[in-house]
Amino acid sequence: MNPEKTEKTSKIDLNRNDMPKQSPEIRRHNFNEVALGYTEELAIKEAKRCLQCKKPKCKTGCPVEIDIPDFISCIVKGDFSAGIKKLKEKNCLPAVCGRVCPQESQCESQCILVNKKGEIAIGRLERFLADWEAKQGSVDIPPKAKPTGKKVAVIGSGPAGITVAGDLILLGHEVTIFEALHKAGGVLTYGIPEFRLPKAIVAREVDYVQRLGVKVVTDYVVGKTRSIDELLKEFDAVFVGTGAGLPWFMDIPGENLNGVYSANEYLTRMNLMKGYQFPKSSTPVKRHVRVAVVGGGNVAMDSARTALRMGADEVRIIYRRSHAELPARLEESENAEEEGVIFNMLTLPVRYIGDENGWLTEIECIKMELGEPDASGRRRPIEIPNSNFHIQMDAVVCAIGNSPNPLVPSTTPGLQTTRRGTLVADQETGKTTKERVWAGGDIVTGAATVILAMGAGRKAARSIHEYLEKGKW
Amino acid sequence: MNSIVERRMIVPNMHLLTIEAPDIASKVKPGQFVIVRANDEGERIPLSVADWDEERGTITIVFMEVGASTGALACLDEKDTVSTCVGPLGNETEIGNFGTVVCVGGCYGIASLYPVARALKEAGNKVIMVFEARSSYLIYWVDRYIKLVDRVFNITRDGSLGYKGHITRLPDVIHGLQNPPDRVIVNGCTFLMARASEMTRGLGILTVVNLNPIMIDGTGMCGVCRVTVKGKMKFACVDGPEFSGHEVDWKEFLARRKAYLEEEALFFRRSEPKQAVHKEVKCQYES
Repeated sequence: MNPEKTEKTSKIDLNRNDMPKQSPEIRRHNFNEVALGYTEELAIKEAKRCLQCKKPKCKTGCPVEIDIPDFISCIVKGDFSAGIKKLKEKNCLPAVCGRVCPQESQCESQCILVNKKGEIAIGRLERFLADWEAKQGSVDIPPKAKPTGKKVAVIGSGPAGITVAGDLILLGHEVTIFEALHKAGGVLTYGIPEFRLPKAIVAREVDYVQRLGVKVVTDYVVGKTRSIDELLKEFDAVFVGTGAGLPWFMDIPGENLNGVYSANEYLTRMNLMKGYQFPKSSTPVKRHVRVAVVGGGNVAMDSARTALRMGADEVRIIYRRSHAELPARLEESENAEEEGVIFNMLTLPVRYIGDENGWLTEIECIKMELGEPDASGRRRPIEIPNSNFHIQMDAVVCAIGNSPNPLVPSTTPGLQTTRRGTLVADQETGKTTKERVWAGGDIVTGAATVILAMGAGRKAARSIHEYLEKGKW
Repeated sequence: MNSIVERRMIVPNMHLLTIEAPDIASKVKPGQFVIVRANDEGERIPLSVADWDEERGTITIVFMEVGASTGALACLDEKDTVSTCVGPLGNETEIGNFGTVVCVGGCYGIASLYPVARALKEAGNKVIMVFEARSSYLIYWVDRYIKLVDRVFNITRDGSLGYKGHITRLPDVIHGLQNPPDRVIVNGCTFLMARASEMTRGLGILTVVNLNPIMIDGTGMCGVCRVTVKGKMKFACVDGPEFSGHEVDWKEFLARRKAYLEEEALFFRRSEPKQAVHKEVKCQYES
């Protein structure tokens, strides 16, 4: 045995290091970020736990194949500058991914230590490096290839679009991002709340691609202001990254009562329109006392925790399956629970009841039990007959999912869609059924994760570059 | 971009803005709307496009000052810019040769109907314009309409011009025509559209309304503009804004329109002066 290694290991506290957080009692009353990030000491301490496996499995768990052991070893050496460089080779949004990636089901789940002393906190280390770089004040602008004279239009400024733009601009192409809303960032801006992903971080990432030379045009609805076919006259290639932005409702009575929101509306009011500062900000929001959130994903947790911070006395998650099936990240549902969100599991709303002025007053629910596994592999929830009951509520946020926004598909002849409304695109290249048009992210996969959208963006960028070089579709 | 080239108060409390927006001007069709934010902190509000000039690259909107956001817009002046002007959004008005079409406009709807009436005329229809207002001094663009349409009627609450009363007098206008109209199109406040639809239901005349719900993004993402049409949930921004007035659940629509009445009134209850004031008013205070 290598004596040096034994000595090194013996000094190391083998337990996974927790990340400092705001305490639940305090954070449930403010919109500041909940997790505070590792200090340099903590980051190095955590990084030292990494065994530097010869065949690192963590890397295979990463959708963009970040060289995880490499950037961790840079942290061990205290060379954070090299670490962030290594990280950015594969991931252009580390500050975002370090916060919102489901590491527990990706890289960290593959870590050799997962069933021993606890897997390496890869996400926290990623976040640490990105935040460290931001604190230095200057971000390295990598060298760009010679201008190719080719022009690329990117539709949507979410994670997929930003990745495509960032990659192609470095390869020398001219890139313009078209964003429908007045602020860039897509779901990172309008959807994920400040306390989970500070908007300054998103703004920094957008600013970075702009400094690389990407042009960002906001308030521009492709499909309305200009069609894809019109863009194709000016641009050599078009990438569609318009996301999954059409909210689902349950088709139950009373859904159009006042006080019933889609999660998109609720979160957009709060995040994009800064509703939490009302009346200082100008988009009005209601001060609700009892808020129910229907759904069990990250968006549901975001909505519930936002409602708490807006001063609600009682916030409930209503979910039709059990705790074990919650699709939200464990970290998020735990955070919500710590902050005081009540979980009503195995419960399904069947009707919303309102007063004579059209405002929600109560929800009629039915109890569920779990039956045999369904197509998703999870046990199917079944209604228990005659188990209906009522809960008094003055607001409900429907967070049961989104389908792709049909604006681009419906205005673009030649773009084929699936039955679910997603765009048909090649998994490896992102090529759609229309020549010179690529797509990636939620518009292709249906609502998924930031990192998968980035991965798709990266592949599409590669394919677009190849096309622009060779001129062959 | 988005700079204001013309700004006028056309009748009391009703403002006209012509904004430089070449991309929108080259695309917009009758019945469509834009979403506007007066400033960087502004609320996103949907406003119908009342006219456009493709050559100059401008669009014109007409709106009533009713709260904080329309107030902020009304305070802008020529050469100022609006932070957001995005569109054209929504579907265009169905235009065809229907025969005789009665257009009913009230409030901002007088303006938003103008391009509709123009397109209907171009398509060969006989077009009858009905102005509805509280009083004659609130009616505008009469000269523009007289040049365009076949006949003009007025309904005023105080009887100062034309028929005296509310839009419940619409059947009187219709019965006075040689032939019953083939279609009625109503633009204006919710009451006007709901009542007019009630009036024409019994007469069996297809009635098209241009809904004006609360919106945020205007592209189908937030769903705040949902409305029940023929028992089905629709999003006014992408499925509309035009629907058959006989199929809209008006009670629900009105309740949703009023959802933020209380919060909007906060703006008027504040004791500190408004950040921006109309240029005219400012002069008055300064002197």
